[in-house]
Amino acid sequence: MAVSFEVNGKQVTVEVEPRMTLVDCLRYQLRLTGTHVGCEHGVCGACTILVDGEAVRACLMLAVQAEGCKVVTIEGLSNDEALTPLQASFRRHHAVQCGFCTPGMITTAHALLSEEPDCDADRVREVLSGNVCRCTGYISIVEAVLDARSAYRKP
Amino acid sequence: MKLPAFEYACPATLEEAVALLASRDEARVLAGGQSLVPMMAFRVASPSLLVDLRKLSDLRRITIDNSGVRLGAMVRWRDIEDDARLVSAHPLLEAAVSHVAHYQIRNRGTVGGSIAHADPAAEMPGIAVTCDAEIAVVGAAGSRVIRADDFFIAPLVTALATEEVVTEIRLPAWPPQRRWGFREFSRRRGDFAMAAAAVFYDVDDTGRAYNAHIGAIGVGDRPVRLTAAEAEVTGKVVDVAVSERAGAAASEAVNPHDDIHASGAYRKSLIGTMVERALQSAAGVRVI
Repeated sequence: MAVSFEVNGKQVTVEVEPRMTLVDCLRYQLRLTGTHVGCEHGVCGACTILVDGEAVRACLMLAVQAEGCKVVTIEGLSNDEALTPLQASFRRHHAVQCGFCTPGMITTAHALLSEEPDCDADRVREVLSGNVCRCTGYISIVEAVLDARSAYRKP
Repeated sequence: MKLPAFEYACPATLEEAVALLASRDEARVLAGGQSLVPMMAFRVASPSLLVDLRKLSDLRRITIDNSGVRLGAMVRWRDIEDDARLVSAHPLLEAAVSHVAHYQIRNRGTVGGSIAHADPAAEMPGIAVTCDAEIAVVGAAGSRVIRADDFFIAPLVTALATEEVVTEIRLPAWPPQRRWGFREFSRRRGDFAMAAAAVFYDVDDTGRAYNAHIGAIGVGDRPVRLTAAEAEVTGKVVDVAVSERAGAAASEAVNPHDDIHASGAYRKSLIGTMVERALQSAAGVRVI
C-alpha cells in the first residue's frame, strides 16, 4: 500500500506492506536510523517518535496508520551542527552511556517539556518510566531533563 | 518479532467497518493498537484483516450531561486526562485512568480498545464493572447495549461478537457529594495492576454509607464487584475499623492465580489492603 506523510518537515510517499511498523518504515525505507528498535512490543520506549506533536511508540503503530500525519524523529529535533539545549543538557550531565535508549529519551523529554516546561522531578520520572535504560543511568537522565526546562519556557 | 501478514482497511463509516468485520473470519478492529499490536508481535493474535477505526471521528467524543459520562470508543487515555470537566463529572474515572499505561501508550491507547481487549488487570474494565457502566456496540444485526457485568467473561474474552464494534462506554451520573477512592499497586506507575480497588458510596443525612460499590481489578479472570466487602460498608459511618473489616472481606472473597508478577496469596492479601486504603481515602480518614 502507498502511504504519504510528513517526516521532519518533508513530505514522503512510501510503498509498504500493512504489517510494517512505522519504526521499520522509518529505518528501512526512509533510512532514518536514529530511531532505535528495542523490544518491538511497546515496553522499552527506544523507538519513541513524535506523531502530530505527541510522543508515541513507533513499534506499536503501523506505517499505514501514519497517512496524513506529521512525524518527527530524533533527526528532526536538530537540523544543524549545534546541539539543541536538550541535547547539550544530556551531554553536560553525562546522560548518555551506551546511547541506545537516548533517541527515545530525547524525543520523550522533548514532548514532555514542550507541553509542561515547569514539570517537577516526580513528573519527569513518571514520564521516563516508560523508557528503559539498561545502563541504568537514570539519575543523570532525569537531571539533564530538569536542567533543560528553562529552554522550553516562553520568555 | 515482526508482525504476521494481514490485510488492512480504513473505513470512513461505522457501517462500512461492520461490513468489513463480517466479511471474513479472523477480522479484528484496530483502535489504538497498544494491546493488539504487541499481541500480534507475540503471535498471540494473527488476524487476517485489521479494520482501523481512526477515521470515525464521532467515536472520539466525550459527552457529559445529566445521564452521566459517555466515552466514545476511540477516546484516548490522554483525552480523559486533558478533559478538565471529568475531575468533577467522574473523579473515580479520572483517578483510575491516571494509572493506565505509560506516557507514549497514553497518547494512542483507547477506552474502547481496553474494554474489548478485556485484560483482567486493566483499569477501564474494572471501572466499567464497578460503576455499572453500559457498553454500546454495533454489529451486522444492529446495535445493542451490554451491561459491563455481562460483558466481561474471562481473560481477553467478552460478550462481543466478532463482527461487533464497541462504540461507547456509558457511565451513570456521578452525584457531587459521592465519596470515592482508588488504590492500585504495581511495580511502576503505568504497569498493569498487581491488584487495584475502585470504591464509591453515597452518604445519608446521618453520615451512613449506602449504594456502596467496591470493585476489584487484577485478582481474578475478570473485574468483579465484592459484595461481601460492600455489605461491611453499607449502613455504617466509614472509619478505619469499617475499612479494615471491608478489606478483610475483600481478601476472603477472591482466589487469584499465581503468575510471574505475584503469587495468588500475595494478591489475595494485597486486594484487602487496597480496598482498606481506598475506603480510607473515600472517607478522608488515615489516608495512605
